[in-house]
Amino acid sequence: MVFSGKFIKNTLTALIAVFPLLSFANPDQDTLNIKAGSTAYTKEHAVQDEHAPQDKNDKINAYIDHHLQDSHDFVFFSDESTGEHYGFPLPVIVFDDGLHVFSSARFHHGEEVAEVDGNYYAMHHGKIYKTDANGTMKFDEHGHAENEKPLDFSITKNVITMLFVCVLMFLMFVGLAKSYKKGPLPTGFGRVLEPLIIFIRDEVAVPNIGEKKYRKYMGFLLTVFFFIWILNLLGMTPLGVNVTGNISVTVCLALFTYFITQFSANKDYWKHIFWMPDVPVPMKIILMPIEILGTLTKPFALLIRLFANITAGHVVIMSLIAMMFVGKNLVADMPISLGLTLFISVIELLVAFLQAFIFTMLSSLFIGMAVQDHHHEEDHDAHTEEEPIII
Amino acid sequence: MEVGVLNLVGAGLVVIGAGLGLGKIGGSAMDAIARQPEAAGKIQTAMIIIAALLEGLAFAALILGK
Repeated sequence: MVFSGKFIKNTLTALIAVFPLLSFANPDQDTLNIKAGSTAYTKEHAVQDEHAPQDKNDKINAYIDHHLQDSHDFVFFSDESTGEHYGFPLPVIVFDDGLHVFSSARFHHGEEVAEVDGNYYAMHHGKIYKTDANGTMKFDEHGHAENEKPLDFSITKNVITMLFVCVLMFLMFVGLAKSYKKGPLPTGFGRVLEPLIIFIRDEVAVPNIGEKKYRKYMGFLLTVFFFIWILNLLGMTPLGVNVTGNISVTVCLALFTYFITQFSANKDYWKHIFWMPDVPVPMKIILMPIEILGTLTKPFALLIRLFANITAGHVVIMSLIAMMFVGKNLVADMPISLGLTLFISVIELLVAFLQAFIFTMLSSLFIGMAVQDHHHEEDHDAHTEEEPIII
Repeated sequence: MEVGVLNLVGAGLVVIGAGLGLGKIGGSAMDAIARQPEAAGKIQTAMIIIAALLEGLAFAALILGK
């Protein structure tokens, strides 16, 4: 077993202790200065952002927007009065007439122009643009940057978090698999994982996909479930990562479901899409485009649901913390704000599980619809007639 | 009216619709569980799926409207 019992116990205790208090601790750092009445921005900051927020509400909005975005460095908190950021830089990999790899420290948190192999790059709102030695940026009338963008394959904050979760899952499940060699009962942390795996198998995969075919899809369903769940939970920690609330991540996860569904679909599935049986011919023609569109809207709903739920949760929690600084009296507002934040945090813990479960559930439902045999329906009708009706 | 204000009105409408839908789903599920408590597990699963589908629609509207 990779994890010892004591380690788990200590980690869990520490996590539970810090969850409600430190969840999204970052706004405190930001807003302490507001409390002191210093709305003045440091010079570097003003240069970096031309429409630097001066108003307290604008500042909070900017802070929340920044939290929701991916970034090229891992900043835990920053001291606004000195303009210093505490965290570590991440590697930047850009493809722009050749592959360039350099550290994001060279951007100095977006305040300086990085010179790499004769090319100049500047960062604007977390995105990398090609520029000249002075870092000149061109903007259109809406304030969008018009500079050329290199292809960006950087190891960003989200990427490094996903890699971390991959390693974590690998260690957890290899540990579980190894413990079965010793005996039928798992040891240590495996005792937490085994019921969850059995839950996914018995409550999600088997009822939706069917006794005979479910085994093939268990790997995908379990991976997706634990991946989303762990990432959702990491989003609740003060690390300030927001991976499942990033639409690119959820698009990718939904694409997996889409392709697995389409490639495992049988003859009946395609027949029901292109030439629906048992309906008149004009109806068949009308139904065809609707059904084709239907295959696309299902994964679309899947990706929007996960993205919007997690984003909404993060925004609500950060707004509630910010509430204590917007009001007139800090001391009076603090218990209300903290109480509400704790309440929503607990709900978010439930949502973190529920969204992972729903994603897995709907994925297995879609796969099940694509692979099911169709004589099953007539059996079902005959079956219900026999059952006594209880009123 | 400005577009921003209309957006907020639209968001309100979406929330009203989603609230009505969720209320109907939850209420029906409660009725069903009261009638057949032994089927509570199955009813809950079905309820969560329908609620998730509804939620997906509501969120799609909110995001596209933003």
